Amino acid sequence: MNSNPLRTRLAGLELRNPTALASGILGYSAESLQRIAEAGAGAVVTKSVGLTPRVGYPNPTVVQASGGIINAMGLPNPGIEAYAGEIRHAKTVLAVPLIVSVYGYSAEEYATVAKAAATAGADAVELNVSCPHVKETGSEIGQNPALLKDTVRKVKAAVRKPVIVKLSPNVTDIVQLAQAAATAGADALTAINSVRAIAIDVETAQPILSNKRGGLSGPAIKPIALRCVYDISEKVKTPIIGCGGIATWQDAVEFLLAGASAVQIGTAIALKDPAVFTTINRGIAAYLKKKKHRSIKEIVGQAHRN
Amino acid sequence: MSDKLTATNTLRATRILSVKTESPTTKTFTFKDKLCAKAKPGQFLMLWIPRVDEIPLSIMNTEGTSVSVTVKAVGDATQALHKMKSGETVGLRGPFGNNFTENTSRVLMVGGGTGNAPLLFLAKRLAAKAKRLALVIGAKTKNELLFLNQLEALCTEQSTIATTEDGSYGLKCLATEPLDKLLNKEKFDMIYACGPEPMIRQVFDLTEKRGIPMEASLERLMRCGIGLCGSCVIGKYRVCRDGPVFTAAQLREVKDELGISKLGFDGNRIPL
Repeated sequence: MNSNPLRTRLAGLELRNPTALASGILGYSAESLQRIAEAGAGAVVTKSVGLTPRVGYPNPTVVQASGGIINAMGLPNPGIEAYAGEIRHAKTVLAVPLIVSVYGYSAEEYATVAKAAATAGADAVELNVSCPHVKETGSEIGQNPALLKDTVRKVKAAVRKPVIVKLSPNVTDIVQLAQAAATAGADALTAINSVRAIAIDVETAQPILSNKRGGLSGPAIKPIALRCVYDISEKVKTPIIGCGGIATWQDAVEFLLAGASAVQIGTAIALKDPAVFTTINRGIAAYLKKKKHRSIKEIVGQAHRN
Repeated sequence: MSDKLTATNTLRATRILSVKTESPTTKTFTFKDKLCAKAKPGQFLMLWIPRVDEIPLSIMNTEGTSVSVTVKAVGDATQALHKMKSGETVGLRGPFGNNFTENTSRVLMVGGGTGNAPLLFLAKRLAAKAKRLALVIGAKTKNELLFLNQLEALCTEQSTIATTEDGSYGLKCLATEPLDKLLNKEKFDMIYACGPEPMIRQVFDLTEKRGIPMEASLERLMRCGIGLCGSCVIGKYRVCRDGPVFTAAQLREVKDELGISKLGFDGNRIPL
């Protein structure tokens, strides 16, 4: 029956493979999402969308660091009312689940946007409670267990689709936040969002990003993300989606062994192009075969058992 | 992380070597930068104007270890840049994107505005090699016909047509009018176009009905420059990474947007 060993279920979503496009990468338009799906992703997550349009920050919004990229886009998005049309369009062309990333300035706002996204056809919503570079949204909620619980509960009450919570690494104890989200009913947890960072130009002696601080992504944060997943999966039963610096099949397998049921890929698209999804999936399939496993599930969390 | 991308994408602070006024609204800036000096015609760089902005600019020339861009003062960033003098510090990353193929048969270039800058870069490469190199360029008025003399000198003799909307030089019409007639008269193996997108759309429509191969360089709002953020998409393509040069076959795929709409800074579609 299960001839495709990569097939997996996550928070009620049927995935043909455990790789998804991470939020913030491409993901404005249905055509971009479709291209990523055609390149091999098992699911796609949109850019974060809020109640009203946001133009984001002026450039520079991206700066190269060693082993990664620091970005402070500032959550540019057309607002959920306009974006609902794109969600509907995407649903007509996508052959994989569409996860809409949402943000808000209050628990109620998260719920309103999530409801509108679900109504437009989102297969799931991912709550961005961890944006490292916009004040009063995201990380202010994602760093506070009580606020996080309240937000997840209000969203869960507003939508019938799976609710995924994207956690911030910019906290003292990510496990505490993961537990808060799980207790409030999160269907899955994405770990992690980008790591707060800065880059300074020595010639002009000033921060390069217009927002000064941004979020570091890419290979540099992989060991941090992996440790977060390992820690969370030790204490929390809710499925985890690993995210942070995944660029090779070995990276993806490490996250699965650490306890993630699926992974998200973002920055690697700049390093290797969208075909990175196919390359990674082939590698995971070959690994499963070599290790005589019939499905992804068999290796999820294996590093804790050995 | 790919070493090549890391090097290309790393911001390099550099001083402005020289500034040259090309027209009342346009200046050429030259910088020393080893990586960008290896750029091919059609590629672009990201220029950081400290405390102001970072903008994508087509490369107009390379020479030794220096690179030049031609910039029209149209917004805050370009106006701030126009106020800068040689010796002042800017930042560069790049070169990014693909380049024009270098067809050496019968080639026609169609340009408008600062779009003439990358065409000049291309013409320098093709001048000695192409069987025929012809040009049609248009502008609002005479002193905006950028690089007319340099381009004319590089093209095959008697092969340049210039148009102005106010009739101050050449034919008083849009560049696409004489282009239509030229294409009826003469056979070309490749058309290279760069300029305002409505012009590119018309060039595309004219070449499409005759089945002539074409490459056009497109422009969009850009943020990351490396194919991640999605700000510059047209259809399924990222202008910064899959372009900025697109073939006729690719332009056909994005016909619903070409010359019609682009994404604004908030990701909403806005008319061009």
